Parts: sequence; structure tokens; C-alpha cells
Amino acid sequence: MQQRKQRETWTTRLGAILAVTGSAVGLGNFLRFPGLAAQYGGGAFMVAYVCAFLFLGLPIAFAEWAMGRYGGMHGHNSSPGIYRVIWKNRAAPYFGVLAMIVPVGIYMYYVYIESWCLAYATRYLFGAMNFGADAERYKQFFEHFVGLHAHGESLSTPGEGLLGSAVFFLVICFILNFILIYRGLSKGIEWFCRWAMPALVICAVIILIRVLTLGTPDPTKPDQNVLNGLGYLWNPVKTPAMLAPGEVPKSFWEGLADPEMWMKAAGQIFFSLSVGFGIIITYASYVKKDDDIALSSLTACAGNEFCEVVLGGLITVPAAFVFLGPQIGSQLSNPFALGFMALPNVFNQMPLGQLFGFLFFFLLFLAAITSSLSMLQPAVALLEEGLGLNRRASVAVLGFITAVGSAGVVIFSKDFVALDTLDFWIGTFAIYLLATFQTILFGWVLGLEKGMAELRRGAEIKIPEFYKYIIKYVTPLYLLVVFLLWLRQNFVVTSPEQNRIRPLFTDPVVGGLAIFILAVGILFALLIAQSVKNWRRIEASQEEVVI
Amino acid sequence: MTLGGWIVMLLSVGGATALLVWCLYKVLTTPGSEEHLHGQVDIHTPDMDAE
Repeated sequence: MQQRKQRETWTTRLGAILAVTGSAVGLGNFLRFPGLAAQYGGGAFMVAYVCAFLFLGLPIAFAEWAMGRYGGMHGHNSSPGIYRVIWKNRAAPYFGVLAMIVPVGIYMYYVYIESWCLAYATRYLFGAMNFGADAERYKQFFEHFVGLHAHGESLSTPGEGLLGSAVFFLVICFILNFILIYRGLSKGIEWFCRWAMPALVICAVIILIRVLTLGTPDPTKPDQNVLNGLGYLWNPVKTPAMLAPGEVPKSFWEGLADPEMWMKAAGQIFFSLSVGFGIIITYASYVKKDDDIALSSLTACAGNEFCEVVLGGLITVPAAFVFLGPQIGSQLSNPFALGFMALPNVFNQMPLGQLFGFLFFFLLFLAAITSSLSMLQPAVALLEEGLGLNRRASVAVLGFITAVGSAGVVIFSKDFVALDTLDFWIGTFAIYLLATFQTILFGWVLGLEKGMAELRRGAEIKIPEFYKYIIKYVTPLYLLVVFLLWLRQNFVVTSPEQNRIRPLFTDPVVGGLAIFILAVGILFALLIAQSVKNWRRIEASQEEVVI
Repeated sequence: MTLGGWIVMLLSVGGATALLVWCLYKVLTTPGSEEHLHGQVDIHTPDMDAE
């Protein structure tokens, strides 16, 4: 009897761990991280990456969890309400526009990438991904599938039917996301994650074992072996066998002095841990007063890092190097090229490639959907608080807004212009702003003593004392330096063709998207204004009761 | 793969694994942790109850 009870407890705890880590694992773990690590030379990149994890990712995650629960205790679930509770200033809730626009804006293109994963997994299942040994055919298929050459190209599927339609898979993903979100987190997603997470880890481990046992598949190319594949990713300095023709190796110290690498490492941590997204703060607001948030957030971050560094780091790049050689260097800066063009070619050359191709893209789909699901709740919380809408109506309004945005991403697909614009202005620029605001709010407005007391209440681990100084001084300074470097790179030292301001006025698609983002921002600002009115009315009536 | 590559890989992979294992150990050995540990996805949003 006692043994059975103990087993049930362990099962529940394992379930809790899976649910905690489930939402943290996403596409960036398997596609973006390995490419960046290999591109900037494993050793140097890992130094910048670990610094970003310790001084940006973890502190901001702790701050978001603590502020969220603090706001929840004061009756607020939306970021604007939480900011208003912490900072008694009329402007405070309006910073919540960023916390709305970041997850909603990212969702608009993230769900589209998620649908590519589902499409590739389905195509592997039906044996429709075998294009032979010609690398160019995989590239052509992907470029046509996503409409890279002309706006609206992905809307047509000549001769391919539904299996070749990106829109068809996008609609499936959209409906699936909204059904799960409508059913509610604990009712809809928990059971999904408890199945999806083990499936994801099992898929990843099977593929990892396959990759590590590849040996030297082509005896005529002895340099293209697993060890060199691992070396391509992790070696601090590339050896001659790993260099593409004309490529000059960078030393460890040269790599470490590259400001762009530090920015990319910080961006990867933000995206990977979903910090600065306005998501964690909303979810934390629903946590009970004395429940743990310290171990929860650390476990989520640890699960994410394991999937990213161990599973992501050991699969994608080594597999691509073994079959494609040093030429993959040209594809590392583009995670889509590595994932959707190089890897299908790799699976084609691998024994049982169809099975492993299906497993890999299904794994990516699971990783993506567990992340995209959580991007909608912040806006749902505001619609409920601001307009007094019920969940069904809130989800419907949000469905309409995100559908318009995603349609824009699908239609204006040439050179990924819409996707890239949203990713730059929302997925990078707005994230930096929001992360900086939240860090200052925690360390300087809420105050360290109050903030750390909130973090420590109910905590099942002890947060070291020195961490509060990191949150107050190091994190904001780190953010500021990285943000200034990023601004300099994109707006000052860049060539006129690459300057990000100019297309806002010269390219009608980029300009139109900027107006759309602005309109959504204004809509959220109006909702926040309405929410503030409601909160004031409630507060006034409570004061009358007290008198 | 050079010696430097091995060192970077073992430190990175070992560090990430050790952090996760320590977290799992804490979760599995702390009494009542299943009641008090929360991920984003298993947090109950009370707005569902109103439906």
C-alpha cells in the first residue's frame, strides 16, 4: 500500500517536471542554437551563452515569476495590471503594450514555422520527402513551399495537393492551438504536455543515438565523420578539415571579441527561455501565494538548457557535417536553411532516413506547439480584465487579430520580408525593451528586499544572496550594453541597404506591417486604458465600503 | 575533434546535464513538491471556471 502511494507520488512529481519543462522547450533549441554555436566557434560562443544565461536569462526569469505572483496576489493577471500594482505611476500600465505585442506578434510567425514542421513530418510519414541526392531540389522545394521567390507563392500548390500546401498546415496548427487554448491551460495543455514532452525527449534521444553512431558513412570522404562533425560544433578553432574553401579560421580570443556574437547569445537566451516575452509574468500571477516559484523557474530553465545544449547541440550540426561537409558553413546563419534544406538531404542519405526524418520534424512540431500555446494567454488575460469578456470571446478576438497577422506573413512571403520584419521589430527590438523595463521594475521600483522576499516565499531552494545584486546592477547594465551594441550594428554602422529604418518608408510591405503593428499596439493601449478605468472604479467602490 | 573541442563539449553538455539532474533530484526528494511546483502549462487559470 505504502509502496503504491510512493509510486503515485513519484509519477505526479515526474508529471510536474514534464509540465514545467514542456513549455520552455521550443524551435530555437533544435534549430537556432546549434547553428549559432557552430557559426561563432563552439568555445567562444559558449562563454557568451553561459554569461547570458547566468546574468540575463535566470535573473529575468526569477524577476518575472516573482512580479507575476506579486501582481496575482493583488488581483491582477495581466501585465498592465501587475505593472500598475508595482509602480504607482499613471504611465506604468501602458508599458504593458509591449508585454501584449511581443507574445502576440511572435505568435503570428511562430505558428507558421510550427506548421512547416508539421508539414515536413506529415510528408515524411507519406514518403513525400525523397528528392534524391541533389541538394538543390530540397532547397527548391522549401523555397517554393514557403513562397520565398514571390509574394503569395505559397498559396499555390501545383501538383502537390494538400501535402504541398503551407496554408493547409497553417490552418491545422491554428485550429489546434486555439482549441487547446480555449479548453484552458490546466485542462487542455497539461495532458498534452505530459504526453508530448516524453515523446519529444524519446524522439530526440533516438535521433541522437543514430547520429552518434553514423561513423564515416562515405569512405571516400574520411574527414566527414561523426567526430569531426562534433568538432565542427565544439572546437574553439576549426581544423583544416572543417574549413570551407577560402575560409579563414578565427582564434578563440578573436571570437570572444566579436560583439555580434554576444548579442546573438543574449538573443538566443531570451528566445529560448521565453524571458522578456511577457508570458511568464502572466502565468506566475495564477500561482498560489505560498507555492514555489524559485525551483519551478530553475527547473524550467534547466530542462530547456538540457534540450538545447545536449540534444540540440549534438544532433543538428554534426549530422549535417557528416553528410554535407564544411559547405554547411554557408547555411549556419539561417536556421531555416539548416533545418528545412540541409537536414532533409541528410535524412535522405541516412539508413531509415524516412523514419528519422519523421521523428525529427514531429519532435520540432511538439517543441513548437508547447511554446506557441503559452504565447496567447497574456492577451487573453487582458481582454478578460479590460473588456470583461469571457474566455470564449477573448479567444475569438485574439484568434481574429493573430489570423490577420499570420495571413500577412503567408502572403508577403518574398524573401521572408513579413516574417523578418516581425522578428526584427517584435522578436528582437521589443523584447530588449520589455526585458529592460521588467528588470528595472523588479530591481529598482519593487525593490530588492520586497522582490527577493516574494521569490523566497515557499521556495524549495535557496537563492544565493549575491544574486540580488546581479539582478539589480549586472543584469540592467548587461542589457544596456547589448542593446546599444545591437542599435549600433543595425542603425549606425550598417550599409544603407541593410539599415532597418529605410524600408519602413520605401518598402510598402514593411511600411504596411509597421502600421499593422502600430494599430495592434494602439488597440492594446485602448484596452489598457479601459482596464485602468475599471480598476479605478473597483478600487473606489472598495474604499467606500471601508469608509 | 581537438582537445579544446572535447573540453568545451564536456563542460557544456556536463554542465547542462548536471543542472537538470540537480533540479530533478530536488523536485523528487522534496516532500510535497508535486503540489507546489508549477510550469506555465499546468497553471490553472480560474477564468475557465466561469465558462
